[in-house]
Order: sequence, then C-alpha cells, then structure tokens
Amino acid sequence: MNYPKELNYSKSHEWIKEENGVATVGISDYAQDALGDVVFVNLPAVGDAVTAGEAFGDVESVKAVSDLVSPVSGTVCEINEELVDAPEKLNKDPYGTWIIKVNEISDKEDLLNAESYEAFCAQEAK
Amino acid sequence: MKLIFDKSVPGRSLSLLPKCDVEETTLPKEFARTKAPQLPEMSETEVSRHYTELCHHVYGVNCGFYPLGSCTMKYNPRIDEEMAQLPGFTSIHPLAPEYATKGCHEVLDTARKMLCAISGMDDMTFQPAAGAHGEFTGVLLIKKYHDARGDKKRTKIIVPDSAHGTNPATAAMCGFQVVNIASAPNGCVDLEALKAALGDDTAGLMLTNPNTVGIFDENILEITKLVHEAGGLCYYDGANLNAVMGVVRPGDMGFDCIHMNLHKTFATPHGGGGPGAGAVGCKNFLKEFLPHSTLMDGKESSQVRSFAGNFLVVVRALTYILTLGREGVKEAAVNAVLNANYLQERIKGSFKPAYDRICMHEFVLDLSEFKKETGVSALDIAKSLIDRGMHPPTMYFPLIVHEALMLEPTETESKETLDMAAEVFHDLYKQAHTNPEPMHSAPHNAYIGRPDEVRAARTPVLQKKL
Repeated sequence: MNYPKELNYSKSHEWIKEENGVATVGISDYAQDALGDVVFVNLPAVGDAVTAGEAFGDVESVKAVSDLVSPVSGTVCEINEELVDAPEKLNKDPYGTWIIKVNEISDKEDLLNAESYEAFCAQEAK
Repeated sequence: MKLIFDKSVPGRSLSLLPKCDVEETTLPKEFARTKAPQLPEMSETEVSRHYTELCHHVYGVNCGFYPLGSCTMKYNPRIDEEMAQLPGFTSIHPLAPEYATKGCHEVLDTARKMLCAISGMDDMTFQPAAGAHGEFTGVLLIKKYHDARGDKKRTKIIVPDSAHGTNPATAAMCGFQVVNIASAPNGCVDLEALKAALGDDTAGLMLTNPNTVGIFDENILEITKLVHEAGGLCYYDGANLNAVMGVVRPGDMGFDCIHMNLHKTFATPHGGGGPGAGAVGCKNFLKEFLPHSTLMDGKESSQVRSFAGNFLVVVRALTYILTLGREGVKEAAVNAVLNANYLQERIKGSFKPAYDRICMHEFVLDLSEFKKETGVSALDIAKSLIDRGMHPPTMYFPLIVHEALMLEPTETESKETLDMAAEVFHDLYKQAHTNPEPMHSAPHNAYIGRPDEVRAARTPVLQKKL
C-alpha cells in the first residue's frame, strides 16, 4: 500500500493536495483497494458548492456504492471528466488520478499526514 | 445458449388458440400494424423443450439449499399455490359487482386482521407491490402526518449505516434528507449517535429489528422513545420479520408504521422480480393517510397502485397463516432462529462470525482475515459453493462488515441439510489453505462460469438486435 508523503488524507480515505488556494481531491490507494474494481463515478458540476465532511459525489464498484466525502468547503472549479469513460483509472493510479479541484476554500476537515494516515489504515484493517 | 428467437423457423407455428367463432373485423387504419410483429415461430414441442431447458439452468428453493441472507428463501408450501390458483380468485375482475367479489373481500379483510395482529398495527393497505414500494408508502405516511400538523421543519430521516440500501433511497425519494448514523461496535444502534442526530428537524427513523447483521437490538424501546420525544415517527422495515413473527410485535416495540414483505415472510415464490406485496400497516393516528382503492374499500383516499395490489400474494399469505396457525407462525420464527444459530456454531470452527454471539434468523461471516491468509475472497467462496450444489449466501453486505458473507438458512431446512452445508464450508476452508488456485475461477461445473462483472458493469450490453 502506497502513502505519498506530499499529500494529506481524510479519515474517509480521500487524499488532498493544496496549491495556490486550489485543493485537488482523489481517493487513496487503501480506498481503491477496499472498494474493488470501480465501475462508475458520479461527479458534481463545476460551480457546485461542497462542504467539508459531506458527500460531493459517489463511486460505484462491483461491491457497493460509496460516498465521496469532501475534505474542504469551497466551490468546485474543475472536474476530471476522463473518469466518466474510464473509472478504472482510480484503481490503476489512485494518486495520479484526481477527481475534483476546489477553490474559494473556506473550511477544512482535520486532515492526517501520510504517516498518521498509514497508522489509521492499519487500525482500520484490523 | 440460444434465445427463443434464434430457434425460430419461418412459417412454423402452433395452434393453441381456438377457432374464431365470431365475425372477423379489422382495426381502424391508424391503429393497424403495417408490419407483422417479430415473434418466434415454433412448434409446441419446441416451445416446451425451450422452457424446460431454461428450467434446468436455474437454481431455486426447490433445487436445494438457498441461504441467501436477508432474502428469506424458505420453501413455499404447495397449498399456498393451490389456493392462489382457485378460479374464484384468478378469474375475477376487480370491477365485478359486489356479490361476485365478496369472497375476495373476505380474504383481504381476514388477512388484514391477522397481519395487524402479527405486527401490532391497527390498519393496513395491500396496495404496495413490493418491499421498496411499501417503504415508500410508509415514509409518505410520516411525511403526510407532519404536513397535516403544519410541522414543516421536519426534513430529515435517520437511517443507520447497516440499513438496507432501499432505506436511504426511500427517504430521498420521499423528499427527505438522509442522516446516516454509525452503528455501535456490536452492530446495533449507537444511542449516543442517535441522540446527536435527533432534533426538531427529525421527521422519523427507519429501522429493521432484528437488524441487518442478524442481531435483535435490545435498546429498541429506548430508541423509539427517543425518536418520539424528539417529535419524530418510527418506521419498521419488515425485511427481517421472519425472525420474530408471532414472538414480538413491531407495534409493541414502539413503531408507528411498517411494511411487510408478504411474498417473502409469508411464502410466495420470490427472487425473480415479482409479483410481490409490501403490505403497509400503521397505528390508528396514521390511518386516515393510508392509500386505498375507493372502488375496493369504499374509502375516499389516494392510491399508490390500482385496486387491492397483487391480490394473489395476499391469498398465499393468508393461506400460509391459516395453515400454520398462531402457534405455527411463532414456531416458524423460532426454528428460523434455531437453524441460523446451529449453522453459525457449526461453521464457526473455520469461518469467523462478524459478531460472535447468539444471532437471530441470519448471521454474517467476516472473511477479511481469511482473505489475508489465503488470498481467497468472499466472492471466491460464494462462487465455489455453486460447484458444491448450494446457492451462495448474500455477499459484501452489510457494508459495515468487510468480506461479508451473510447466511439465512430459514426454518424450512433440516438438520441434515445444515450439516451438509457446514461440511462444505469446512471443505472450502481447507481447500483455500491447500489448493486455492481453482477457487479464483470457480464455478467450474455450472452452466455459466465466472461472468466478468467489471466489464458487465462498465460496458453493459442491454439490447439484442433481432
């Protein structure tokens, strides 16, 4: 399992990278492994407001449908439309595949760094 | 396998229709077809063989053990079917004059009284055509109740994270916001999480008891009391009623309305998509909102389906209840619980229960550690069971258990069948540790092997060009 150092993580297994006031959000390696083969991603629209700790979309795998939870509050400024036709990218390259980008950030969840997230996942897996 | 259309031979036909004994007429031009319909052309022998072949490729309760958790795949007594086939029930039209439908009305009235007695409700409608339709109807009763009181601020329905997926879907369909609350470590409702979620915006709570992990929530009286104190109503999802019918009543647990899956708990063959019956019962104070057919019940009200819903499912349910009687209904529930506990104990030596305690009518295995040890997943075990002549259990549900297999043996299985099933589970457990490879591609002896579920979901082919 891979936990890149330059990213932060939420307890609902999203990763987040902040640069110049824009937060890029995806799902972690642990999340894609737990979900299994992703077959559909339900994305928000550009301009939608998202709230920290609340769902902004969902991913459907062969096993189940799971909420995508936003680690920040703000406005969706970009969505990864590639995922509509190629949801399997989330399995193949979870950290190279972002889902949404958010700007006008007003609030944030308590996030974990790579080390604490790895410990958190180890706990979850028990 | 060939479709019936592939077997069609132009010009071949059968003569099932009697000779026309009235004058032939033609349709007005605007309604007449210009092209013949594309129907398969076959002889009676070929049609009969086609359907018999299909029959051989499916697996039902009549073929063998079917422990599909949460679905109550019990054996359906033949007498229920016999009663549902009586011409007095099948050849009747709902608009027939009253003197001709008296018997049908008596069936509906008697079934209503008995099901109210079993559920602890005061009144009932048979209109909803299935469980989810029943949920929808039941939650609309809650909505109507608050609306009628002018209480517009109640916009939220609370649903535990172990609930059936239909619960949050129902609440959303009824226009409510869904509040998910996490379960306590024992799989039951977390009272603190419930208290935190309750408020003056709470319209109600949707719950099934025993819950989806097969445990009876012992705090149920406290739970319904808390919801009522906050001004909300309590909805009982009858999915797991088979475990408690004749023993405890949802009405006495504090629930205000309920749906019952008549087709499952009260013995109609199900699993093929219908027809079902999701009878909805309620306490007196909600009675005025129940949907009824004005023509059938003489009451002025809204409707969720025509007439009395799927009437013949009600005939089967009534037959089932009358055949078993008061003691028999209770005994069925008690044996369903006994069978589940017996099987859980027998399997426990190899596969680990998610909650190691006395269960109700079903139990959940947690295969996450087993998967780590062997690389064999819950899916591989489910598929391997097919090769051993068993229907797989429900898999990957409820979501709060990882690598879940959920088994509900029902009351209609013998000790010998349960012993056989336990042996199969032990065998597969051993095989996973010695020769796991073939399990990843199981089943090997079934008519259809391992379908590519990912490709089917990503690029579904839903049409066939004829």
